[in-house]
Amino acid sequence: MNFLTGPWQFGFMERALLGGILVGTICAVIGTYVVLRGLAFIGDALAHAAFPGVVIAYMLKVNIYLGAAIFTVGTALGIAFVSRRARTSYDTTIGILFAGAFALGILLMSTIQGYTADLFSFLFGNILGVSTTDLLVVGVLAGIVILAVALCYKEFLLLSFDPVVAEAMGYPVQALNSLLLTLVALTIVISIQAVGVVLVVALLVTPSATAYLVTERFFRMMLLGILFSILAIVFGLYLSFYFNVASGATIVLVSTCLFFLTLGVRRLIHPAAPSI
Amino acid sequence: MNADEGMRRAESESRAVGAGSPRHHCLEVQDLAAGYGNQPAIDGISFAVRPGQMVGVIGPNGAGKTTLFKAILGLIPILRGRILLHDADAHAQRAMMGYLPQLDEIHRTFPVSVSDVVMMGRYPRIGWSRRSGAEDAAAVRQALERVDLLDHARTQIGKLSGGQLQRVLLARVLAQDPHLLLLDEPVSGVDTTTQHAIFGVLEELRDNGKTVVVATHDLNCVVERFDQVLCLSKRLVAYGSPAVVFREEILEATYGSHLMVVKVGDRRVVVADEHHHRRE
Repeated sequence: MNFLTGPWQFGFMERALLGGILVGTICAVIGTYVVLRGLAFIGDALAHAAFPGVVIAYMLKVNIYLGAAIFTVGTALGIAFVSRRARTSYDTTIGILFAGAFALGILLMSTIQGYTADLFSFLFGNILGVSTTDLLVVGVLAGIVILAVALCYKEFLLLSFDPVVAEAMGYPVQALNSLLLTLVALTIVISIQAVGVVLVVALLVTPSATAYLVTERFFRMMLLGILFSILAIVFGLYLSFYFNVASGATIVLVSTCLFFLTLGVRRLIHPAAPSI
Repeated sequence: MNADEGMRRAESESRAVGAGSPRHHCLEVQDLAAGYGNQPAIDGISFAVRPGQMVGVIGPNGAGKTTLFKAILGLIPILRGRILLHDADAHAQRAMMGYLPQLDEIHRTFPVSVSDVVMMGRYPRIGWSRRSGAEDAAAVRQALERVDLLDHARTQIGKLSGGQLQRVLLARVLAQDPHLLLLDEPVSGVDTTTQHAIFGVLEELRDNGKTVVVATHDLNCVVERFDQVLCLSKRLVAYGSPAVVFREEILEATYGSHLMVVKVGDRRVVVADEHHHRRE
């Protein structure tokens, strides 16, 4: 029993758990759309684009989340704009933009004299460093994302399943797309402290993809995604605590293991099941 | 006789038919050009359809059938012309238009059930941020009954045959209950039973005063079942009743050389060669 409860006597572990559950929930909710609409690459790009925002905010000594939010939401809207204009190779455009933005972040970081360990935690995540203020910011942003999804649940479902018919019915598809990308951006901002910009995409995609293996209903996929996500975060936190290894990477690896485990079990039960 | 002459004849005949009935049109397309960039994919399209008519849109692959539908629905840029629905701008009243896309545009592994998809037809009625009610559930059930898929209501759509999925998409349009239905090749690649079932539903809709526009490759079916035929080959070749439009010269102008007219007894059977048009 001590083994299970032991870690929670530390305040930082409690905050990490609470923050992790919030982050995991939001990631799985938005991840459902990311997986079904094939937005993983855009998600990765948005996460990398957050980094220069983080570094600039650090240099200006303003809130890190604010810097990250401005850069990711800005990039999200930029991508929505580009995808509307250029009909070809917007994949390439995203590749160019996100590598450039990330390089800018690294370059700026290299100009800072002295202590930059804090910034490394935004690259690779440090959920154990979640402060009470962080929790507050994450909680508010999480509330906004959940509210937006709850209000546009039907519309996002239709947009994801059949964007052409959604537009034919008169829905403002461009605006909905921009809103969805903005929510992906905010989700990334929320997750940066926990897993870092390099690994965020894993939390955004893996739990939802795992859920997609075991259900054929949209809402259940969301709920199961949340379950897999929280499992990975809690289990990852324990491992990271007892083996003293990097928390962000541990959470992501647990999540990856869950995916392959589920895939294996599914293959055993339905040998002929088609892959996703 | 050239195709233009045929077109004029077809037009005058369709006007003569319309003269006895109210001049009200459900759909009116005036001098439409549409497409991306400066080069329109379709150009010079004018026609009008009264409520309670079923129109077949024919033409070879690449003739612009899907483009015409997407232009009417406001999904691609209109370069010139107007599209009116009940004498008002069609794009301001899109919920009145139901669209059945081609089957290959559907994401089959998407985690939704048959009734989930049909319910999507109700979304414009339900409105933003509201949940579906008992009335919507009843409409979904009724739509599924009409396409004979009520037993599959809870099936994930990937488990259906092509014909069944096509009927699900039709049921979604039924649940939407639009005035104008645009169906893009609803009977291509589906079994004969499904074809008959789909046409049964479409004819019922037509008889209830709906306007039904169907893109199809099946010319014989057009002759037998449709009130009007629109021959498309990037431009409007002809528009009129099958008896008027189905002349060798008009069909040749529509399909180019990729068409054979085979005489079987006193009946002419038209064979459209839809696979070779890219060779030109």
